[in-house]
Amino acid sequence: MADTPLQVAAHEAKPVEQLSMVLVLTDAFKSFLAHIQDYSLMAARSVGNLATGPRYFQDVLDQMDDIGVGSLPIVLMSGFFIGAVMVLQTGSQFVRFGQTALTGDIVSLALVRELGPTLTGILVAGRSASGIASELGSMLVTEQVDAMRAMGTDPSRKLVTPRVVAGILMLPLLTALNDFVGLLGGCVASVFSLRLGAVEFWTRAINALDFPDLMQGMMKPLVYGFILATVGCYQGLNVRGGTQGVGRATTQAVVVSNVMIIAADVFLTKIALYLGDKLF
Amino acid sequence: MNSPAIYGARKPADPDPVVTFDGVRVGFDEGDVLRGVSFRVLPRETLVFLGETGTGKTLTLKLAAGLLHPSMGRVRVLDHEVSVMAERELLEFRRQIGFVFQEGALFDSMTVADNVAYRLREDRVDEDEIDRRVREILAFVELDHVLYQLPSELSGGMRRRVSIARALVNRPQIVLYDSPTAGLDPITAQTIITLILRLRDTYGVTALLATHRLQDGFALANFRFDPKAKRVVREAPAAMQPGAGGSEPVTRFLVYREGRIYFEGSPEEIATTRDAYLKRFLV
Repeated sequence: MADTPLQVAAHEAKPVEQLSMVLVLTDAFKSFLAHIQDYSLMAARSVGNLATGPRYFQDVLDQMDDIGVGSLPIVLMSGFFIGAVMVLQTGSQFVRFGQTALTGDIVSLALVRELGPTLTGILVAGRSASGIASELGSMLVTEQVDAMRAMGTDPSRKLVTPRVVAGILMLPLLTALNDFVGLLGGCVASVFSLRLGAVEFWTRAINALDFPDLMQGMMKPLVYGFILATVGCYQGLNVRGGTQGVGRATTQAVVVSNVMIIAADVFLTKIALYLGDKLF
Repeated sequence: MNSPAIYGARKPADPDPVVTFDGVRVGFDEGDVLRGVSFRVLPRETLVFLGETGTGKTLTLKLAAGLLHPSMGRVRVLDHEVSVMAERELLEFRRQIGFVFQEGALFDSMTVADNVAYRLREDRVDEDEIDRRVREILAFVELDHVLYQLPSELSGGMRRRVSIARALVNRPQIVLYDSPTAGLDPITAQTIITLILRLRDTYGVTALLATHRLQDGFALANFRFDPKAKRVVREAPAAMQPGAGGSEPVTRFLVYREGRIYFEGSPEEIATTRDAYLKRFLV
């Protein structure tokens, strides 16, 4: 469209590389914003679907079984060892001051407020967000999602909402169990390593907890469950490029949900501490 | 060779079309795939889409089912303006049509019976009624012995037949077949075509069939299923022609080339063509 010498000069004056880099960055930013928008819409719809029918209770139960019962082994085993290692680490410091009895307090607070929910979130995201992404991604590339739409079923209601509901309901329960076996692991480690009495450990661990700690510990997994289910569904339902794309989506689901869980943790902790101070 | 649109020559007494495409364009990042496609399908007609890979056959079927929206133009199916309907309305509309996907697209975590019953369960049909209809339709496709098997345990041809059964279970008025014989050996492909013939001549459904095998279309045009004799018989070609009158099903061909309709006409027209491009399909 260079009609005049001025326009030609103006075009020539611009280095092509710089322009293309700007374009690449602009496109990447636009694409990022589009992903945020699509993800937000899908996540909002997954909750909005609950207001109207049809609802798929059996699918919710199936997903609760998959996310909840299916994640029990990794959550319980990891929780036990995390509790034990926390006791070993904190106990080794308290020994220097002769305050090993405080181990129960510290481990209990750290587990219930922070490590329990966040580690459960990350562990279940690693297992279930990837599972959701690969399952839905495979359904998408084999046209099963289109088949569902062709038969008059809304994939958002049938596939996304049950997973989101199951995630939200199951994560707090898994976290509670993780906290319990974590304290159990801590108790075992403190008895055998620090020579503390089991009753003393449990008494101190339970007495150290106040309601705001429990509120914080149970509020976080609700959000983590929502994050891992929605991210898994979003990645799965946006697969591009066949089976290779399913692999990429699976990896992305774990990476994105883990980062989102840790980022959300910062804000949730701040909110919980504020509410704890104001309300209790 | 761009033959005149057959529907343009129809008599005024023709029934209303059940499918109408009017100047439909669809474009992706790579460019337009369909560039202004117009055609009509009358009740009980079978329209066979021929074309090379990527010419827009599957896309046309997905547009007819409202799974995609056109960039421009109108798609009207069973008195519904599919091209402008919202997804929520489309979900209800799609219950009137059956879609047979290229690879079957069966739900691989469900048994054959559950796959076929899927739509009925969505409609909250009574379980006894579901059981009766599932067995009936699976008997129709001669697969009533694999009720409780998973799709992964079936052969490719059996999966297509289950897919056809699933599409038919709530007796749709229109069935869209996306390359139902692709990737099958000739004998299995013939079984599928025979099944489509039986379906057409037993239930009188309107069909849109995408394929790259011309012989599929010829088989549909030249044979019919006699429900009384329960066998496939050769049909006099004249009775199958558009405008022949009566209630006989009509088979027409529509050939895509580079996103446009290159040919639209009868089996005889395509069989006797001198056009070099069309002859490639006759080999």
